[in-house]
Amino acid sequence: MGEVMISDWTLWLEWFIKSLVLTLALLVGFILLTWFERRALARIQTRVGPNRAGPFGLLQPIADALKLIFKEELTPAKAYKFVFFLAPIITVVPSIIIAAVIPFGRSINLFGREINLYLADINVGVLYFMSIAAIAVYGIVLAGWSSNSKYAMLGGLRSTAQMISYELSLGISLIPVILLANSFRMIDIVETQSTWWFVVLQPVGALIFWIATLAEVNRAPFDMPEAEQELTAGYHAEYSGMKFALFFMAEYQKMIVISAVMAVFFFGGYLGPGVDQYPLLGPVYMAIKIVVLLFAMIWVRATWPRLRYDRLMSFGWKVLVPLSLAIVFITATGILLAEQTKNGLWMWAIPATSVIVGLIPVVTIFRALRRLSYGRA
Amino acid sequence: MGVLDPLVELVRGLWITLKSMGEKPVTIQYPEEKRPVRQRFRGRHVLKRYDNGLEKCIGCSLCAAACPADAIFVEAAENTDEKRFSPGERYASTYEINMLRCIYCGYCEDACPTEAIVLGDNYELSFYDRRSAIYTKESLLEPVPASAMLTPQKVDAGEFPRSVPEMEDPRD
Repeated sequence: MGEVMISDWTLWLEWFIKSLVLTLALLVGFILLTWFERRALARIQTRVGPNRAGPFGLLQPIADALKLIFKEELTPAKAYKFVFFLAPIITVVPSIIIAAVIPFGRSINLFGREINLYLADINVGVLYFMSIAAIAVYGIVLAGWSSNSKYAMLGGLRSTAQMISYELSLGISLIPVILLANSFRMIDIVETQSTWWFVVLQPVGALIFWIATLAEVNRAPFDMPEAEQELTAGYHAEYSGMKFALFFMAEYQKMIVISAVMAVFFFGGYLGPGVDQYPLLGPVYMAIKIVVLLFAMIWVRATWPRLRYDRLMSFGWKVLVPLSLAIVFITATGILLAEQTKNGLWMWAIPATSVIVGLIPVVTIFRALRRLSYGRA
Repeated sequence: MGVLDPLVELVRGLWITLKSMGEKPVTIQYPEEKRPVRQRFRGRHVLKRYDNGLEKCIGCSLCAAACPADAIFVEAAENTDEKRFSPGERYASTYEINMLRCIYCGYCEDACPTEAIVLGDNYELSFYDRRSAIYTKESLLEPVPASAMLTPQKVDAGEFPRSVPEMEDPRD
């Protein structure tokens, strides 16, 4: 009995340390990501970017954070004070706890203990991810509403509408992955990708997921809720100081987390050469994949202009949702055919067919745009 | 126009931004690295000297008269051969420019009969209070050439009778 008690206690300690490490890693990741984004954007625009504070400007985020801490925190006179205070917290917490189900590796031996390189291994990890990602909307809409300001209100409403719409295609584009892995567990999903990454089997699904995540974390070209030109800053227009920093933090942590999720679902997670012998390589591969995906987000932000709001909504509902439903159908049919005929080659019909189907909206959009240009002429 | 054009255009945009990452940044790291100013740049004023160290300024106040912003204040005093600051009869005992008023138009430069005041290439003008925005003669006067003496000089009687130097070509 005493034996069990001790191991129980150490289990608690292990969980505590792991969640502490995870949270701190996300915080440091957030700090580095702001720096990375500013530097990468600057390089794309043939500038240098922040390079004064510390080596390569690495201390710039710390300077920014200090500035934000010492700034005056304003609360609008007619704001709903309690909700106004609560909204940043509601936004930031899901962005951190979402990381709990992300596997960063298999398990390592440390101090004679088997330590798994993930915090929680729940059998419905995908559902957990989906539900927590959905909660983040509340913070934004509450922030917009409690500010009692028109700009913030409109920003909050827009972002809610946008996130709900794109969450649909986000969720549907995950179904093929679940079908292929035959499991909701994140670790199963990663382990099934040891032969082929799902991005090979699901090119269109990965693209839809990625577009939907861009909309989900409110990144350009879907950064509607914070469209500076139209809404001055969107839902966080009335926030300043540390509360604003929390929104900022939530956005960037969600970027990191969602890149990690993307890596897990489509890019083989912690898998890579040599990871079987050295499990510690798992987090390294994971970090590399996350950084590459983050760079892709920044790259897109630097390249493409923001979508108009009505087009954004119609793109979500009329293109992404039907397309992702079609991909689900194609994947299910491919798996069924492969099982029935005992011929694995049928699996390759999935990417081939989905690319063809994916071209249909491209053609449709092209024709619609041509019709529009005729209409103008 | 092909059917795939929407996709091609998107990818082309991405390629352009990626390519521009390899370009050299156009940023000039300002305090360490300074861009040279243009030849006719109008920066902070400099009061010039002759090669023998005498000041060119004769205290005629034409610059103050020409100044549209009324930024210049000149007070003249008499030269003597024992204490000679500039050629001719008079020199500027006080010469002040209020840099908060100056608009760097360069009219003072044009008005000056002896080419004593010149708008130089110093553009790093900043001050903490209005008092230090007024530049005095000491801060405006250029340093003495190495071979020459400081003003006031003691010179032989009648050596510098003319205030305005003789010019070979009046169009100069």
